[in-house]
Amino acid sequence: MATVKNPIPTNQNLQSAINNMKLTIDNKPIDVAGGTTVYEAAKQAGIIIPRLCYLNLETLGIENKPAGCRICVVEIEGRRNLAPSCATLCADGMIVKTSSPRVLNARKTVLELLLSDHPKDCLICPKSGRCELQNLAVCLGIREIHAVENAEVSTYRKDHSPSIIRDMDKCVMCRRCETVCNTVQTVGALSAVNRGFMAVVAPAFEQDLQDSPCTFCGQCVAVCPTGALTEVDHTSRVIRALADPTKTVVVQTAPAVRAALGEEFGMAPGTLVTGKMVAALRQIGFDYVFDTDFAADLTIMEEGAELLARLRRMLEGDRKVKLPILTSCCPAWVNFFEQNYPDMLDVPSTARSPQQMFGAIAKTFLADRLGVRRDNLVVVSIMPCLAKKYECRRNEFKVDGNPDVDFALSTRELAHLIKEANIRFNTLPDEDFDAPMGESTGAGVIFGTTGGVIEAATRTACELFTGRQLERVDFQELRGMEGIRTASVDFNGTPIHIGIAHQLGNARKLLDGIRAGMYHFHAIEIMACPGGCVGGGGQPLHLGNADVIRARRQALYREDAQKPLRKSHENPCIQQLYSEFLDHPLSEKAHRLLHTRYFDRSVKIER
Amino acid sequence: MAIYKIHLLVCGGTGCRASESAAVVESLRASLTAAGLSDEAQVVATGCFGFCEQGPIVKVMPDNTFYTGVTPADAAEIVAEHVLKGRQVARLLYTDPQHKTPVSDAKQMGFYRKQLRVALRNCGFIDPENIDEYIARDGYAALATVLSDYSPRAAIDVVKRSGLRGRGGGGFPTGLKWEIACGRQADRKYVVCNADEGDPGAFMDRSILEGDPHSILEAMMICGYCIGADRGLIYIRAEYPLAIHRLEVAIGQARACGLLGADIMGTGFDFDIELRYGAGAFVCGEETALIRSMEGRRGEPTVKPPYPAESGYRGQPTNVNNVETFANIPVIFLKGADWFAGIGSERSKGTKVFALAGKINNVGLIEVPMGITLREVIFEIGGGIKDGKRFKAVQTGGPSGGCLTEKHLDTPIDFDTLLAAGSMMGSGGMIVMDEDDCMVSIAKFYLEFTVDESCGKCAPCRIGNKRLYEVLRKITLGHGTADDLEYMRNLSTVIKDTALCGLGQTSPNPVLSTLDNFRSEYEAHIFDHKCPAGQCKALKHYFILPEKCTGCTACARSCAVNAIVGERRQAHSIIQNKCIRCGACIEKCKFEAIQVN
Repeated sequence: MATVKNPIPTNQNLQSAINNMKLTIDNKPIDVAGGTTVYEAAKQAGIIIPRLCYLNLETLGIENKPAGCRICVVEIEGRRNLAPSCATLCADGMIVKTSSPRVLNARKTVLELLLSDHPKDCLICPKSGRCELQNLAVCLGIREIHAVENAEVSTYRKDHSPSIIRDMDKCVMCRRCETVCNTVQTVGALSAVNRGFMAVVAPAFEQDLQDSPCTFCGQCVAVCPTGALTEVDHTSRVIRALADPTKTVVVQTAPAVRAALGEEFGMAPGTLVTGKMVAALRQIGFDYVFDTDFAADLTIMEEGAELLARLRRMLEGDRKVKLPILTSCCPAWVNFFEQNYPDMLDVPSTARSPQQMFGAIAKTFLADRLGVRRDNLVVVSIMPCLAKKYECRRNEFKVDGNPDVDFALSTRELAHLIKEANIRFNTLPDEDFDAPMGESTGAGVIFGTTGGVIEAATRTACELFTGRQLERVDFQELRGMEGIRTASVDFNGTPIHIGIAHQLGNARKLLDGIRAGMYHFHAIEIMACPGGCVGGGGQPLHLGNADVIRARRQALYREDAQKPLRKSHENPCIQQLYSEFLDHPLSEKAHRLLHTRYFDRSVKIER
Repeated sequence: MAIYKIHLLVCGGTGCRASESAAVVESLRASLTAAGLSDEAQVVATGCFGFCEQGPIVKVMPDNTFYTGVTPADAAEIVAEHVLKGRQVARLLYTDPQHKTPVSDAKQMGFYRKQLRVALRNCGFIDPENIDEYIARDGYAALATVLSDYSPRAAIDVVKRSGLRGRGGGGFPTGLKWEIACGRQADRKYVVCNADEGDPGAFMDRSILEGDPHSILEAMMICGYCIGADRGLIYIRAEYPLAIHRLEVAIGQARACGLLGADIMGTGFDFDIELRYGAGAFVCGEETALIRSMEGRRGEPTVKPPYPAESGYRGQPTNVNNVETFANIPVIFLKGADWFAGIGSERSKGTKVFALAGKINNVGLIEVPMGITLREVIFEIGGGIKDGKRFKAVQTGGPSGGCLTEKHLDTPIDFDTLLAAGSMMGSGGMIVMDEDDCMVSIAKFYLEFTVDESCGKCAPCRIGNKRLYEVLRKITLGHGTADDLEYMRNLSTVIKDTALCGLGQTSPNPVLSTLDNFRSEYEAHIFDHKCPAGQCKALKHYFILPEKCTGCTACARSCAVNAIVGERRQAHSIIQNKCIRCGACIEKCKFEAIQVN
């Protein structure tokens, strides 16, 4: 549910928007600015009111407050009924009680109701231990659920998509997924259907997610408080592959994973755990531990070459050249433009994403080197992303039915795998990636954050274009957390205009602007998730704290700064790969293995 | 225009049309033509007279003769006797149920004697599809006065002084609502008429729209002038085809007369009205849900504030009023705020329309001054309880109102007293129950309705009402326990305290009020496994009196589940756990040997 972020002020709260207000919360006097909600005011007074549906990632423009769960209700003196603190604005002189017996009774009764219509299979629920509903039940001390004879529970068909499982029996109608899918991502795959007791969030006509406009960005999963929306879990299948002596299992880890994995083991957000992660993967039993950053460098070689080729043609006066070039690393973004901008399919770079480039090289070049048959080489990727699960199943990334990447695990699944393997992650010694596909530059690392891909591309393209060594590698003008950013980079006197957007709603604004001729860019980077891959749908849950995502970004820039090599084209293993295998960027072989094409997949809803 | 000596007013409301009033109109016209009287008498299809139970109704003016249950075949006699000879057709006259005498003047009918028709002033009087008839009854005169003589603020002041409160259920002061909308700065504002009447059995708004559509258009324009809006929207349920048709006709006629559109009456005031259809969700009567529905979104209420007056339709200031509220507006300007404020009680001014239904003699639509007692409505206007049974309860305020009892009968009806008594005014449903009604089943019935109509947005309403319903069902099945009463009371209190919108905040009222007023009935169900009213099938117990049973076997042969055993000429008996309580045996027994308790 989209809530109006700045409701048109009433005469009363217009006044309060100007003045500070004094109110009393649980006998504590507190001053707040006008327009503050009771929930936020209580937070300022150090009181955390239990809540379920309310979610506010203000700096990311994600706000969900349908005031539907009624868990955060409080007593306000002079008011007839209890007020949802998340959606009630403070007024001067207000006297609020957040935990009076009346409030506690209501809160517990409502929670009991929610639990009475919720499956009791916590023992095997993928969300168990990280479930906000479960935590609330513990927090409010629910010990029994009044059993009404023949009480109905609302049940729905389970929906398995390649990336996301919808088990709506567990939906509590918090509407967070709906807000993210519609207001933030503007994808519009999910909305409330049915009414009353059978009301639930679902694609239109309750079709499968797979047939809906869903991009599998996984942001719905990232905000779901319960086990209603979870990722498709491939850990068991990966363990089976590892246990199979006929298989050689290699793993690649995406840049954003190392900046977030530690959170699952109690480390502070933004802790870099690259070395521990490599050690853990090796201990689990992967035969080779490689880095997707290597493939990111490869992506830059191809995408950078493509950008340069288009730029040169433009500068030579070719009017048919398609500019701006759009990055194509983000699979949710690819799904989004295939569905929403089928008229612009020739605009994005044809370069495959790093995950798929890695898979293609692994199953050809590496398999050859290792002397392993393609179908005996299992490629697993660790991704911050749920759309990657879908991406690796796309037909164009298969050879004779054998996928280039066999399994894409999320960061959360890897954490689970490590825990299942009984590995004491926090005390592991740091280890290095295997060669040759473990070597990477700082450019590959920053792929995990918004602006990172375009900065990596700029570093390489600028040097190759001008033929001169860059004076500075850090393009601060491309960094930031604003949803849409623009910058100009000087290519030896030629200004190159760059646009950056993260979150699909911002991407839509940018693309609509281009379609309408409002913007003129040479290159655009788009990432579907907030902050880029660091805020991906497969990452440890941020639980409504946007600072977590910010800390992960900073960690990636830190790792970039520490790297001896920071430009993709300087990666010696990449240079070797071209000399030994691919010839040169955009070569025939590179085209076959490292590029792709896009399809018109605009969703036509048929009843 | 022809001058007619006699007018034959035939009800053209949905109720009477369902019993062929359109055919009555046709045959009356044909009979007049055949008798050569078509210049003397005119047949008018009007809006609802309110006395729907007795329809189709034909009222002959000017002598106020009230014919009930008229069929097309009666037309010739009415024309021959009444129109031609001036003699009433006695057999068609309304008969007073108490004195069993025909009533010759409608004003003397118990049903009308205590009514005061303000909102319904034109219903049953004019042809709703003829703007001239509306204008002849001072129609659009209020609009003309307001546009020429009043500033918006002054006009709002009139509404404020009249004391008019919203008739949709909330009872919010209408003038204040307009004032708030008026005070907002915006490029565009909207006037919305809430015609999403959803209470089961209620048809106040429908009757007004069917009988007097122009009064609503006029009031919306006055409102638009007052708050600075140039667009009006009527949100009407699609199940009201006749009302929709009459509104469309009225809008077309008003536009054609220059009373709707640009530069109305040459005053420079622009206003136009469109219809929006509702799909019949009860919750869309809640103003924020209604607005979302009009925007093409899921009909769900949102948190207030912001109120529609601040941010409503398409984010613009929007004033939403109910049909009946609007129907009062033109009269207030014609007769004055003081006149209106002189009617009714201290804090509830004017009249209220009720849909009187249930176990009552005179079922229909009534309009009474506020402050009248429930007793007057039920026993005088309503003519008392059907079949001489005993009054048990009256439910006011629609599905989420409360059930009031004998002790409340002398309560004056107004917004505040009904609330204090544990019920509410609501939009005007009034359902009377007699001794045969089981109050647990009644509560269950209403909860079933709210469970069906909950939008599902907030947890207490979505799940809580369902659980309340399930407990009630369990009690009516005879499986209730002592804990259930406590559980229901707490759950009801919490739902009222925490639900998001008016639907959930009031839905437990039937449970709470029956728990308060009819606790012994609940206890009888739970502890004695008996339904005192004999309504709960599962609690019925069929048994055979051996001393009366002749062993004729008629009952055993009628039993579909072979639950009755016994030898021929020997006393039979019923196997209780086989009996499905269908009652077939009782009908077959000639010796009154089978009893139920």
